[in-house]
Amino acid sequence: MLSQAELIDPQARTLTVRIKRYNPEVDEKPHWEEYKVEADGHDRVLDVIQKVKWEQDDTLSLRRSCAHGVCGSDAMRINGSNGLACKILVKNLRSDTLTLEPILGLPVLKDLIVDMKPFFDHYKSVMPFLVNDEQPPTAERLQSPAERARFDESTKCILCACCTTACPPFWGDRKYVGPAAIVNAHRFIFDSRDRGAAERLEILNDAEGVWRCRTVFNCTSACPRDIKVTQTISEVKRLLMTGNIDLDTAPSVVIGN
Amino acid sequence: MAALESSRRVGTAVVSKLYPTRSHTGAAQGGIAAALANLEDDSWENHAYDTIKGGDFLVDQTAAEVLCREAVECIYDLEHMGLPFDRTADGRISQRRFGGHTKPNPIYDKNAAPGTEAAKPRIPVMRACHAADRTGHMILQTLYQQCIKQGVTFFDEFHMLDLIMVDGEARGIVAIEIATGQFHTFHAKSILLATGGFGRMFKVSSNAYALTGDGPAIAYRHGLPLEDLEFYQFHPTGIYRLGILLSEACRGDGGVMFNGKGERFMEKYAPNLKDLASRDVCSRSIYQEVRAGNGIGGKDYVYLDIRAETINKYKTSPTGETVDSAWVEKRLPDIIEFARTYLGVDPIREPMPIQPTAHYGMGGIPTDIHGRVIRDSHDTPVPGLYSAGESACVSVHGANRLGTNSLVDLVVFGRRSGRAMAEYAAGRKFEPLPPHPETPAKTMIDGLLSRSRTEPWVRIRDEMQTSMMDDCGVYRTEETLTRARDVLIKLKDRYRNLGVQDKGTVYNTGLLEVIELGCLLDIAQATVASALARQESRGGHSREDFPDRDDRQFFKHSLVYRDGENGTRMDYKDVDIITVEKDGRVTTKYPLEVRKY
Ligand SMILES: Cc1cc2nc3c(=O)[nH]c(=O)nc-3n(C[C@H](O)[C@H](O)[C@H](O)COP(=O)(O)OP(=O)(O)OC[C@H]3O[C@@H](n4cnc5c(N)ncnc54)[C@H](O)[C@@H]3O)c2cc1C
Ligand code: SF4
Ligand code: SF4
Ligand code: FES
Repeated sequence: MLSQAELIDPQARTLTVRIKRYNPEVDEKPHWEEYKVEADGHDRVLDVIQKVKWEQDDTLSLRRSCAHGVCGSDAMRINGSNGLACKILVKNLRSDTLTLEPILGLPVLKDLIVDMKPFFDHYKSVMPFLVNDEQPPTAERLQSPAERARFDESTKCILCACCTTACPPFWGDRKYVGPAAIVNAHRFIFDSRDRGAAERLEILNDAEGVWRCRTVFNCTSACPRDIKVTQTISEVKRLLMTGNIDLDTAPSVVIGN
Repeated sequence: MAALESSRRVGTAVVSKLYPTRSHTGAAQGGIAAALANLEDDSWENHAYDTIKGGDFLVDQTAAEVLCREAVECIYDLEHMGLPFDRTADGRISQRRFGGHTKPNPIYDKNAAPGTEAAKPRIPVMRACHAADRTGHMILQTLYQQCIKQGVTFFDEFHMLDLIMVDGEARGIVAIEIATGQFHTFHAKSILLATGGFGRMFKVSSNAYALTGDGPAIAYRHGLPLEDLEFYQFHPTGIYRLGILLSEACRGDGGVMFNGKGERFMEKYAPNLKDLASRDVCSRSIYQEVRAGNGIGGKDYVYLDIRAETINKYKTSPTGETVDSAWVEKRLPDIIEFARTYLGVDPIREPMPIQPTAHYGMGGIPTDIHGRVIRDSHDTPVPGLYSAGESACVSVHGANRLGTNSLVDLVVFGRRSGRAMAEYAAGRKFEPLPPHPETPAKTMIDGLLSRSRTEPWVRIRDEMQTSMMDDCGVYRTEETLTRARDVLIKLKDRYRNLGVQDKGTVYNTGLLEVIELGCLLDIAQATVASALARQESRGGHSREDFPDRDDRQFFKHSLVYRDGENGTRMDYKDVDIITVEKDGRVTTKYPLEVRKY
């Protein structure tokens, strides 16, 4: 049984919060600002940022909504790695300095807010919707639990962009569709009800498609939903190489985790 | 859903202050109700009965029947669109149990000894269609994907500030583009408000920051009524202190709640359904336990236990079969992760500390079964204006919503409103807008930008949230509600003098938070007024000074209108009842009964 003390986690800390600020209306280029914040161990990094905003400096801008890691709004660089501010607790921070920056590779619009349009454009380019023109039955289409499990992993994506903006090839070439778009293509390619796989694979076979991926694994460690992003990409690559779209025997390559 | 439906026929644009995939529907976990009968006998009539009883009979019965009948085809529709439901062994959509969803007990015997299986008139049924414990996420993704496929136009991160009403007709909206601070006027033939919930008026809530009741507040300011606001649902199982939801699926799959003495206290309060009684009943039971000093360590929380050994000990798994930890992990992966992340508790090995959390507004903008907003107790529609989802009140949830009935509400009535608004728009030309329709919104914003900061606006928000939680929460009395009313008037005075620190135009999110707070304050005032006027206890509205349901006086919907800056005016509207002929006599199809579980 857990004790009261464990629950309330009284370990209050004074954090030095360094935030990369940029306001296009006044700043020529980004600069750092520092704040001191009293935080409890169970506070989320998001709570810390909002304490800054609400109590000290209202001009700080960020996106957030759900506050529990399901909407994908608050992706940012937290102490150098991508994550959702609402999913990281203060007690898990290793140092008393908390460094926050916008995610990389997308234009910064203000403070921690980046332009998501290029990201969503890549997503939309892979036909992220079920393609099937056959007349459906009056009830549901049947799908076995095994067929359903085949693409379960990629249904978890919340389009937060943590993966794509942690990907070195994407930083170098913003035309690369990026891991998130591939995850979402995978979601449909491996769905037994879908008929658009060939077309999607053709899109991903492009010079800006899956072959840009150098299997660096940054995306997998960045994903707050614990999606095995690199493995997902490898499955698409394998499919392209073998041309084997037979879903039952589709390779389930396990690389790393 | 409405946009998808309406765009099949007429040009349709979605204006959303969040990227659409960030909407809080994505947080819905447990499931969506429809009597598919994939795993056991069930019928939409069972579902309709449960919905009406669950709502403590304050449900409009025609609407409830529409909901439960059309639920079935809507689920098939979603499946055809690609929604990845979990599957049964034979490939059909999988279903699970949820609180308050029942069917008649086939072995019921009214002479059976109390406590035996045969003594229960109704037993739980597997009706909640689900995709693991992220059903809402899958619904939101699927509908967004289909909108992309169909080429629906999106204005992402545009924040609606005002509705343009001319001669009682809706003609457009005014929104601010968050990225630039620019005002935009949208001229439309028909408009649907689907702005979601308003749980952020309470201190502990499962709702997202963005759920601030903008749609209902703006309608209210235009003189339209809001219906049944006093019925606000507190979900029994929120993560202690944070309010993050632990889905009812936990209990549907066999989880049990315990007090500080290790007792399964729901046996006392709901001898038949126990932990699967409906939400208002469970939340009140937790409050009673805490008041009696039976919280964990005497504190204000209890435990929710989903360990396999507990489920096995109490034989609470859905099929009664023995389960193991792997099964629990597979059924509730996200819940388990929330507990690990935010509580530091591993629910496979330990029970989770929980307390009731403000979850769902049964009330909202009154509409008819076509989603048309109505302006009075005679159901007079407002031409061109529609509402669906949590911001609307059709009313299918009455005084208390059953779990999984919201997602189905938004799909069924979203589809219906989409059709109705397209039909209306197709037959009409654009009516002229008044000159400078953006002026009221602009004046409001200019005021906030020109005043200097008197105090951090969050103080007003915190005081509102505390007052609403303590004085207009699970239990209320005349005394607490009067106190809340007075507090809110003072807060509104302070609100009027607020200024913001950020004077910029690009992503001035501080400014928008203050505007959202204004909406919450209006909804809070309207809620307190409705709660004060309803001198009875029913569903989610529990007046300690009027502990019984009073059908003679209060078997009716409340309508609250704004009257001056802080004033309100109450009106009432009949509950829609279906009558049937039985043995030559006309009787009600769903007779009033005492609600027991
Ligand atoms: C944690 C949680 C779990 C739940 N689980 C279940 C469940 O298992 N089953 C079930 O049936 N129900 C469940 N519910 C309830 C259900 O999810 C919600 O009631 C429902 O999703 C609300 O949907 P909506 O479309 O009305 O609003 P939302 O999905 O919240 O969408 C509101 C939209 O309105 C936009 N908006 C708001 N204000 C403005 C403005 N001023 N300008 C422009 N745009 C604006 C937002 O950007 C957003 O896109 C759950 C709720 C919560 C909080
Ligand atoms: S594995 Fe591929 S997609 Fe992922 S970060 Fe590395 S290069 Fe980018
Ligand atoms: S794959 Fe993971 S990191 Fe990438 S967008 Fe989806 S949820 Fe975010
Ligand atoms: S605020 Fe929704 S993911 Fe963090």
